[in-house]
Amino acid sequence: MEFLDYTVLRVIWWALLGVLLIGFAVTDGFDMGVAALLPFVAKTDVEKRVAINTIGPVWEGNQVWLILGGGAIFAAWPALYAVSFSGFYFAMFIALFALILRPVAFKFRSKRDCAKWRSMWDAALFIGGLVPALIFGVAVGNVLLGVPFYFDDTLRPFYEGNLFGLLNPFALATGVLSVLMLSTHGALWLSLKASGQVRIRANTIAMWTIPLVGVLFLVLGVVVHLWLPGFVITSEVVTDGPSNPLLKEVALVAGGWGSNFDTYPWFWTAPVVGVLGLVVAWFAMLFRVEWIAFVGSKLSIAGIITTVGVSMFPFILPSSQDPGASLTVWDSSSSELTLFIMLIATLIFMPLILAYTAWVFKILFGRVTEAYVEDNQHTVY
Amino acid sequence: MIDSGLVDLSRLQFAMTAMYHFLFVPLTLGLSFLIAIMESVYVMTRRQVWRDMTIFWGKLFGINFAVGVATGIVMEFQFGMNWAYYSHYVGDIFGAPLAIEGLMAFFLEATFIGLFFFGWDKLTRVQHLMVTWLVAVGSNFSALWILVANGWMNFPVGSEFNPLTMRMEVTDFAAVIFNPVAQSKFVHTVSAGYVTGAVFVLGVSAFYLLNNRHIEFAKRSMTVAASFGLAAALSVVVLGDESGYSVGENQKMKLAAMEGMYETQEAPASFTVVGVPNPETNRVDYAIHIPYVLGLIATRSVSEEVPGILELVEHAKARIKTGIAAYDALQTIKKDPSNSEATLRFDAFKEDLGFGLLLKQFVEDPRDATEEQIHQAAWSTVPPVAPLFWSFRFMVALGFLFIAMFAYAFWLTARREHTKNRLFLKACLFAIPLPWIAAELGWFVAEFGRQPWVIDSVLPTFLAVSSLDYAEVLTTLIGFVFIYSTLAVIEVGLLRKTVLEGPYAHPPGSSDGASGIQQPELVKPVFGQSGATHGIS
Repeated sequence: MEFLDYTVLRVIWWALLGVLLIGFAVTDGFDMGVAALLPFVAKTDVEKRVAINTIGPVWEGNQVWLILGGGAIFAAWPALYAVSFSGFYFAMFIALFALILRPVAFKFRSKRDCAKWRSMWDAALFIGGLVPALIFGVAVGNVLLGVPFYFDDTLRPFYEGNLFGLLNPFALATGVLSVLMLSTHGALWLSLKASGQVRIRANTIAMWTIPLVGVLFLVLGVVVHLWLPGFVITSEVVTDGPSNPLLKEVALVAGGWGSNFDTYPWFWTAPVVGVLGLVVAWFAMLFRVEWIAFVGSKLSIAGIITTVGVSMFPFILPSSQDPGASLTVWDSSSSELTLFIMLIATLIFMPLILAYTAWVFKILFGRVTEAYVEDNQHTVY
Repeated sequence: MIDSGLVDLSRLQFAMTAMYHFLFVPLTLGLSFLIAIMESVYVMTRRQVWRDMTIFWGKLFGINFAVGVATGIVMEFQFGMNWAYYSHYVGDIFGAPLAIEGLMAFFLEATFIGLFFFGWDKLTRVQHLMVTWLVAVGSNFSALWILVANGWMNFPVGSEFNPLTMRMEVTDFAAVIFNPVAQSKFVHTVSAGYVTGAVFVLGVSAFYLLNNRHIEFAKRSMTVAASFGLAAALSVVVLGDESGYSVGENQKMKLAAMEGMYETQEAPASFTVVGVPNPETNRVDYAIHIPYVLGLIATRSVSEEVPGILELVEHAKARIKTGIAAYDALQTIKKDPSNSEATLRFDAFKEDLGFGLLLKQFVEDPRDATEEQIHQAAWSTVPPVAPLFWSFRFMVALGFLFIAMFAYAFWLTARREHTKNRLFLKACLFAIPLPWIAAELGWFVAEFGRQPWVIDSVLPTFLAVSSLDYAEVLTTLIGFVFIYSTLAVIEVGLLRKTVLEGPYAHPPGSSDGASGIQQPELVKPVFGQSGATHGIS
């Protein structure tokens, strides 16, 4: 296994981290989007149930992308898991709080025929969709800026910031981008799966939010590329050394996050796909070919997330407090053996997961109508 | 030095969120299989009542599953949020089973549970049955992988400390998977889940029989629960995980503490049925012993000794001293990683590094520890005896009670005398909470008994926490208590409402395709509201 050395395994797991985030965003992303759009696309109870039941049978499976993402970060990037989850403490807690509301809201909402009960769970769903989308976006913005952490000599992480430190203008802008992106995705899902008024409203929303996502992505891209300080390793880069983030030197360079695109021009594919996906989605919606629009949105999300990832490479979590302690692909992974075992497990199970998920989506093909909800009012959400 | 208040609060938060999560897990494990069995009978016999059973118990399963998933996400976040140093120190080994759990189990159960509820009209009978079995298998796989992870905390095999990365790294993944502690815990835990599911179905069926409601439905449910429950209750006791207590330092200590056994007994050791552990005199007062039994269950032999607490403390003291030497060598390696003399020295002592770290609760640098502090640290490896002694005994007593209960229920159902003994039916109804109590006691014994280690002999619990403020952990703790209490009230309310409405609350006439035939109702209810629910069917 000469070709699968430590360096290659680390790059593979860096790419898989991206795959998992994208998997989460394109699947659970539309669940969050639909939930966040609920007050805007549906007015009556039946309309709300149409919207909810488009995601009813699939949100649980989609949510596993988040759980798997957490597990994979723990297994493959334990230092990233330790620093980010304890550092973003209250942000994580608020995201968790919102995420707890979601499953129970789905399950409990239609169990009682009472307007007050149902509007309470509608609010819970709205929070459960909007808040995690916002927090994950704000987190990405802060990662690009660098977060204030350091290690002591036993590699115990310390974090010097607080919740309000996360709420800076740049990170709030990335948070808004995340909300817009996932709402667009949710709206396009509703265009594809809902019917009646819900679908019509979703169409309208998508026509407006698609260009907004594009504009905000381009503006933030220019800000990052030209002005934002990026991190650069200044000592010798060892790609197969021990995972100890304290063995290197790092400097900050204005526009540093853009330098990867000069070194590897093919990285430009990522932002280009991010924008092209939106263009495809918008024109497809113009001609009401919803499934192409939805695919375009998926591509766009993949492109946008990949853009963030490749512009930071090899950094994963830069430290603003002690840049030398920043976590990179080369010094914050698991051991070679763990990465290898996890890769084998992924190669075995990921194709299976994709196959049976595709089968489930195929079985559930078709639109959710008001008649369907009314005919099955005691069994659907 | 690490604030002990922060450590206690982090432990409290983990205990609270984990024990709350485990209120939902065993019912998921048990009900998923019971439903799959019921649906199998439906597919084989095509009799509507079995489909009604699948749908009704499935509805209760769904309510329970939703909260189980929500509280499960919290568990995954707990490690990173409150136990950051733990995550760094053992993520290389501990993270892998969690990730594989996601890949192999969570996707399976979560993807197919949607089809279980929404697929009745879209799938053939056999396809739907397959979906139900996949949900059941997925739930059980998830128990396997989380117990592989947990088994490793209790008996860390297949790994070693790497001084260059300051953490444990995996050396033999097969050893981690086939860890004897993990395997015995897995079998024991899933059997306990099956018992929980069976007691739940038995209790609710008894409720219907007592009220003379849904007789055919309830009788069949009772029959399934009785036979499944009897098999499960027998395996949960026979496959009790005491066999896992013969390996590993802390496992032995846990066993000695559970037994209140201070002195090492000559083989084969006797089992103390009851008694009063006395920490002053280091013995159990008023004890009733059964000869040979402990030696048999703990070592599966009549010749192996079961070590007592005092012997294990002396053992710990010796390991603390070599642990100090390991710590000393590690400090040299940290300054000069190429120092081969220190590396050799470290390799000789590294198995005991964790024991050296135990001293950090008393002194900043373990090398400065006094003889008195070493003595204190050695005694800190003894978990509190009385709580373990009693929790274990209550759990075992409940285990035997379940066997008796299911054996009698099995006898009744086999003779088709389901309703012969009304007193027993009442007892079944009131027994519903008992398997949960047994399960929580079991976890308490296993994990409280693991103290002071978070990873046995490797990492003391107090070192594993995140660098947070006391107030931060307190805030999130209050937050979790708040949301969990709210959920508990709503969850129990909905389960109760669903049970009271019964399986025929929404018959086909009332514009609902999924339920079955109508059934004549009523007669005097024993418990709960009646008027509101009886009118419907």
